[in-house]
Amino acid sequence: MNVLIFLIPAALFLGLVGLAAFLWALKSGQFDDLDGAAERILLDDEDET
Amino acid sequence: MTTPVSPPGALDVWVQDLGAGRRRMDLLVPDLHCAGCIRKVESGLGAIDGVSRARVNLSTKRVLVEWAAPVVDARKVLDTLEALGFAARPFDAGKSGQREDDLRASSLLRALAVAGFAAANVMLLSVSVWSGAEDTTRELFHWISALIAVPAAAYAGRPFFRSAASVLRHGRVNMDVPISLGIVLAVALSMFETATGGVRVYFDASLMLCFFLLAGRYLDHMMRARARSAVTQLLSLSATGAQVVGPDGERRYCKVAEIEAGMVVAIAPGERVPVDGRVISGTSDLDRSIVTGEAAPEAIGPMGVVEAGTLNLTGPLQIEVTAAGHDSFLSQVIGLMETAEQGKDRYVRLADRAAQIYAPLVHLAAAATFAGWMWWSGDWHLALVTAIAVLIITCPCALGLAVPAVQMVASGRLFRRGIMVKDGSALERLAEVDVVVLDKTGTLTLGQPELVAQPNLSGPHRAMILALARESLHPLAKALVAQSKPVAVLNSALQEVTEVPGAGLSARHQGKLLKLGSHQWCLGKPEESEAGAVSMLHASLDGEHIACFLFQDKLRPHTGAAIAQLKALGLEVALLSGDREHAVAAAAHQAGITRWQAGAGPGDKVVFVADLERQGQRVLMVGDGINDAPALAAAHASMAPASATDIGRTAAGLVFTSPELAAVPYAVQVARSARRLVHQNFALAALYNLIAVPIAVLGFASPLIAAIAMSSSSIVVTANALRLYGRNSVPSNQVATSAPGKRPEDDAEAAA
Repeated sequence: MNVLIFLIPAALFLGLVGLAAFLWALKSGQFDDLDGAAERILLDDEDET
Repeated sequence: MTTPVSPPGALDVWVQDLGAGRRRMDLLVPDLHCAGCIRKVESGLGAIDGVSRARVNLSTKRVLVEWAAPVVDARKVLDTLEALGFAARPFDAGKSGQREDDLRASSLLRALAVAGFAAANVMLLSVSVWSGAEDTTRELFHWISALIAVPAAAYAGRPFFRSAASVLRHGRVNMDVPISLGIVLAVALSMFETATGGVRVYFDASLMLCFFLLAGRYLDHMMRARARSAVTQLLSLSATGAQVVGPDGERRYCKVAEIEAGMVVAIAPGERVPVDGRVISGTSDLDRSIVTGEAAPEAIGPMGVVEAGTLNLTGPLQIEVTAAGHDSFLSQVIGLMETAEQGKDRYVRLADRAAQIYAPLVHLAAAATFAGWMWWSGDWHLALVTAIAVLIITCPCALGLAVPAVQMVASGRLFRRGIMVKDGSALERLAEVDVVVLDKTGTLTLGQPELVAQPNLSGPHRAMILALARESLHPLAKALVAQSKPVAVLNSALQEVTEVPGAGLSARHQGKLLKLGSHQWCLGKPEESEAGAVSMLHASLDGEHIACFLFQDKLRPHTGAAIAQLKALGLEVALLSGDREHAVAAAAHQAGITRWQAGAGPGDKVVFVADLERQGQRVLMVGDGINDAPALAAAHASMAPASATDIGRTAAGLVFTSPELAAVPYAVQVARSARRLVHQNFALAALYNLIAVPIAVLGFASPLIAAIAMSSSSIVVTANALRLYGRNSVPSNQVATSAPGKRPEDDAEAAA
């Protein structure tokens, strides 16, 4: 059962990473325009000149 | 309907100063639909010198533009968008409540994420405990669970705690009271059990409760936010100010709030009149339809009285302000609305009604359990633990989801048909109505003249008349241009085009005098027969009558069918209009409505609605004008077409964008099936409690049983709500599908 000492913190850490990633995405506005992102993929890259 | 233009300087109100000459403006562009639109708008705006940023948000149909001040101004940005084919309106996120909406949505989403994370991890540990972890391992797992659950529940439970605290302060209960109690007690009991090495630890249950309920709360919020943003998209750039003419003749732009009685205000053709006043110079035609409900434009000259909200059509006017602020017609209407709305505050939402029965019942059950076990065993610890288990297991997870889940699905269905529901209460009220009161102009009819008969004309004559009609903003002229077959371009231009408000247009073409307008104007003598609801436009060339066009304020398409559907739903239908008697009678006859009243002012409409309500009937008011707003507020439920005035849309609980009235019976049907499903959900939740409560009272509610029972009841309730997706009570061909956010008059304007 000693393996639990590593497994539980590892599981919690991974979960926290996922949660942090979601909160970061939320904060950086990635959920603000869900429809736009789906459409923008159809646009060609424009030359940034 | 004519889109009002805004006076110069009006736009600066909407521009934010970022400092260092940088300006920012938020714009609403309802016509954004696809990648092509994004590209067009972003590259079109980016191409203007001085614009540093242009970013489209397709979900909210907003565009954020930033620029350097002296090079570009707000007008240029709007003109560029207009040239690209997009109608844009300035928009202030803070003012419209949109910002709070967005903030609340993301705080709910954050709480949901935290609850989800914590519930999943604690569940993992709980499963190991249930499958036989013992002694120190179990204690370790309990402590780790506590470490995750206590901060997570404290964070994710805040929306419930806050709402519960606020209603308790007012001495009432809602669903959040038993919810908060359940969460807090579950965590507290589990903490105690963990510290004393006990077995009954409910951390997983409390977090799962938070997760499911937050999901319901988020759905509920999204429904309202979506409707709200759709409604703001429809808000027109209504007169927020006007050009004030100083004593020295100098003109400056003033906001409505700064305009005082006695000032002189200049109103260009196409502008809405911002305040009540009396004309001191100029003649014009006024479109009063949204104020009085009268369809035909009225001629006005010096000393004529104008009300705030009327649209100036043909000539420039200078008016002396007679009332501003509190005394204007509009403020009186708002006053009537506020009085009318007071009665509605007494309405209690279905969920709260359920909570008022449910909360005391479960608290009583828990108290009885405690007393019973004390008496039977004398062990206060056992009695307390069992009583708390009762509270945890009766925590109304399913009840909390029962209403929002159904209303979310129902409003989603309505949204796809272009019907926006402001909030869940509007939907609940709509299901209860038994009388429908319709307004005529703009509601039963489209509020715009339709060419019903046109004469056979030679090509050159037709081209000439259309070229002349194009010069005018008058609704009849605009309708003539929009609805005639396209013709070849006129070979030589019209000269000396003049417009006489209230009469017509005249011009010279190849030396001949061409006139378009009333019979009196064209032929010098009044018309012989007044043809009821029909308006006529005559044309003459050198005094010789060459054409007569007939117009009618046409009913919305398939209105008769929609009225029949309403009757089939068991609803009484009445027509209530501010228009003249013969026009109302004709419209009522055409639509198949037998009960009607003409010449009703805003106050009369409220009285009509209030009388019906006093007789015990629940009224659904459908209207669009300023004059309908008080009645909309007074009625039990209310709907407004998207073409309605801002105040009408604000007053109404539902707004429909489709050009057809079929939206009304459809909405009633969906609201009724939603109510049925909510009742079913209440029954399911009651059934769950009938099974779960005895188990808990008898002391068998182990954490495993609690977890299974609560999650399964939530899932059953949500699944039942989803059945509304499958139902198709109205054949789809009876209701025209119209893209949400798109207005019928947009199409008409595009055609023009």
